[in-house]
Amino acid sequence: MSQILDRARARVLADGVGLDQAEILEILRLPDEALPELLQLAHDVRIKWCGPEVEVEGIISLKTGGCPEDCHFCSQSGLFSSPVRAIWLDIPSLVEAAKQTAATGATEFCIVAAVRGPDKRLMEQMRAGVKAIKEAVDIQVAASLGMLTQEQVDELVEMGVHRYNHNLETCQSHFPNVVTTHSWEERWSTLKMVRESGMEVCCGGILGLGESIEQRAEFAAQLAELDPHEVPLNFLNPRPGTPLGDQPVVEGKDALRAIAAFRLAMPKTILRYAGGREITLGDLGTREGLLGGINAVIVGNYLTTLGRPATADLELLQDLKMPVKSLSATF
Amino acid sequence: MFCDRCGLPAAEGAHAECAAARELEPPRYCPDCRRRMKVQVVPTGWTASCVEHGTRKG
Repeated sequence: MSQILDRARARVLADGVGLDQAEILEILRLPDEALPELLQLAHDVRIKWCGPEVEVEGIISLKTGGCPEDCHFCSQSGLFSSPVRAIWLDIPSLVEAAKQTAATGATEFCIVAAVRGPDKRLMEQMRAGVKAIKEAVDIQVAASLGMLTQEQVDELVEMGVHRYNHNLETCQSHFPNVVTTHSWEERWSTLKMVRESGMEVCCGGILGLGESIEQRAEFAAQLAELDPHEVPLNFLNPRPGTPLGDQPVVEGKDALRAIAAFRLAMPKTILRYAGGREITLGDLGTREGLLGGINAVIVGNYLTTLGRPATADLELLQDLKMPVKSLSATF
Repeated sequence: MFCDRCGLPAAEGAHAECAAARELEPPRYCPDCRRRMKVQVVPTGWTASCVEHGTRKG
């Protein structure tokens, strides 16, 4: 038995205290033979500190494409020769999407816009959209609109947005290799304002952006320092026309090791399967991740790519005897 | 006719990789005229509109 797993069992499982950066690195370096034991420990930690429930969420792109930023993984940047064209979603279609999401049993609906930060038009669209959804659907509304001013944070709180997503995407030391039009610190600043506002903080990133194993551990430790309510874990799905379009996909076992490592770094957070799991892990890996630390999923399609049918994930949760979190439940 | 993923002529070259990728992607190019389409993905489907050839749904 590995010493690091013994230490994790004694501290993370017993006391709910996450591993530090050096320990996370030890986890990420565990051999394949230790993977089943690692996943079981991460699952035990998740069950003890979060419970068996799984939070289900749907996401929607309110404003697609034409983004002025140069996030090298993103097909929505207007700076690359991606085939994604700019388009806005109208309010009736937004409400219909929220209804379809709620029909799956999801309790979260996140409205996303491909922008540096919201302008007046986008904030007005958000205000109208959130109001229309709240009048028509029983679902919690989250938002992801890029970097915010304090005034915009206050507006979102007033609209009734309960959680704000702003991913750090990768660790501080690797960020300049992935994004050059803004800084990791600017993102951190928005996250700080969101936390102080009372909105729940949702912050994660993408694995497979060319980061080293050491930088993957750095990222988990930095997220743990932020202590977000939710961490969405994406795996790079290389998009045609982007600078990372030819980047290799994360190997399945490395992805599972990372899931477990992030759980052991943040035993009490909502750790959500997000984009890229279909190509990185497939059906079998999706199941293993849910038995290795994951306790939330995005169901259905993503912003510009497609996911598994919601029914496939819901049937899997039923098979695993993991109840879907209800609106009245809290983690 | 054009490949709706890469926009190249469907009869030229191999598009097996495009077809495989399309299982997890909406179309991006109009198969009739290769114009880039306006594509909206929603949790349960997608629509793709060509200014000349109308809207497709999936």
